[in-house]
Amino acid sequence: MGFLASNHVLIADNLVGVRGERLLFEKLNFELSNGTVLYLQGANGTGKTTLLRTICGLSKPYAGVVNWCGEDINSLAEEYFKHVLYIGHLPGIKEDLTALENLKFSLALSGKAISANQATEVLNMLGLAKGLNLPTRMLSQGQKRRVALARLWLQELPLWVLDEPFTALDVNATSLLKQKIEAFANEGGIIVMTTHQEVTLNVPKFEQLRLDA
Amino acid sequence: MPKTKLTQELGTFSVLYRILARDIKVALRRQSDVTAVFFFFIIAASLFPLGSGADPKLLSAMAPSVLWVTALLSCMLSLSRMYSSDYADGTLEQIMLSNQPTVLIVLMKILAHWVLSGLPLVFVAPLIGLQFNLSSAELQILAVSLLMGTLALSLIGSIGAALTLGIRGTGVLIAILVLPLYIPVLVFGAGAVNAASIGMSPNGALSLLGAVLAMALVFAPLASAAALKIALE
Repeated sequence: MGFLASNHVLIADNLVGVRGERLLFEKLNFELSNGTVLYLQGANGTGKTTLLRTICGLSKPYAGVVNWCGEDINSLAEEYFKHVLYIGHLPGIKEDLTALENLKFSLALSGKAISANQATEVLNMLGLAKGLNLPTRMLSQGQKRRVALARLWLQELPLWVLDEPFTALDVNATSLLKQKIEAFANEGGIIVMTTHQEVTLNVPKFEQLRLDA
Repeated sequence: MPKTKLTQELGTFSVLYRILARDIKVALRRQSDVTAVFFFFIIAASLFPLGSGADPKLLSAMAPSVLWVTALLSCMLSLSRMYSSDYADGTLEQIMLSNQPTVLIVLMKILAHWVLSGLPLVFVAPLIGLQFNLSSAELQILAVSLLMGTLALSLIGSIGAALTLGIRGTGVLIAILVLPLYIPVLVFGAGAVNAASIGMSPNGALSLLGAVLAMALVFAPLASAAALKIALE
């Protein structure tokens, strides 16, 4: 895929994370290049989500810098958001809209228009064929999760930041997602993710970072 | 063989249009929120003629202030929902991560709020004005002043809604934050109708209302965007 052909580097430089009055992590350094999966580990409350939100630019680090291809993401602002796809623990879908409408809107936010056919194809592949025209409020937790994750198949962005992507997914969806993550990394994408599930990923570069160590 | 390019790029304008359209679509699926504001205005404004007796002079004298204050309170009713539902389901953080400037996105959210809760009042207010024995000239000025004024109310209200995001019991807090800022809009809006009713030119008051609107149009999206960024940290 064209958008993954060029070299991308994500560098964390002496990151310090603070939540309220509590120090979560300090002097965090890592460098991620094409094809790397960074797997964040740590018990609840050790700052995994804070770190993910810092990496995707939603939170500012207490100290330190996140660099994307040599530039501070703070000064890149919207320019950086053209490269990063974030799926947090909130689904980020509107319960009054259908799966199809939600997917089309998420893609529109990153400046992509897709046809109903393309969207339907991906949603069908994720096993949502029956609920396509229902408001997502009617769907189960796992199905909502699938709607949120459907963007991964359509949005062509080189950096994925995934907060617990496997939560609430069944065996089938878990293996689909695992395959997608592997394919993306093998083509040169960068992923930063957390998960409490045991997953073994077959990717070019696999790095682990324990936040409570 | 390279994969075929499936997607098509959208310009700034189309992305912003989709944000506006989505907000309106969501609101129309959840009609109770929109109709509540509308009917609150109709009922609250209609209570005054019932309570104050059928003296046409008294009614037309108090009409500008009554209609304007009720419109102002109606617009405030829906302020707390401006960002809170997007905040709760995570769509707000997705919107903030879009590749468009946050200020413009916020402006779209404000416009959606205005289309859904301010604009309907502009159309129904002249009908309610008939109950107050207003002349057609006064009704026209009422509609014009509300057209500009309700947009200013949505803009200023957005700052309050963004500042109180994520806090419990926001309703009263928003009122305390926002009502003092609404005073100039009320003074010039009702002032324009008052001027028309005593045969003076409403242009002065309308120009000042326009000035308030222009200022709000510039500063409110900036202030709201900054407040939203803080709320999402």
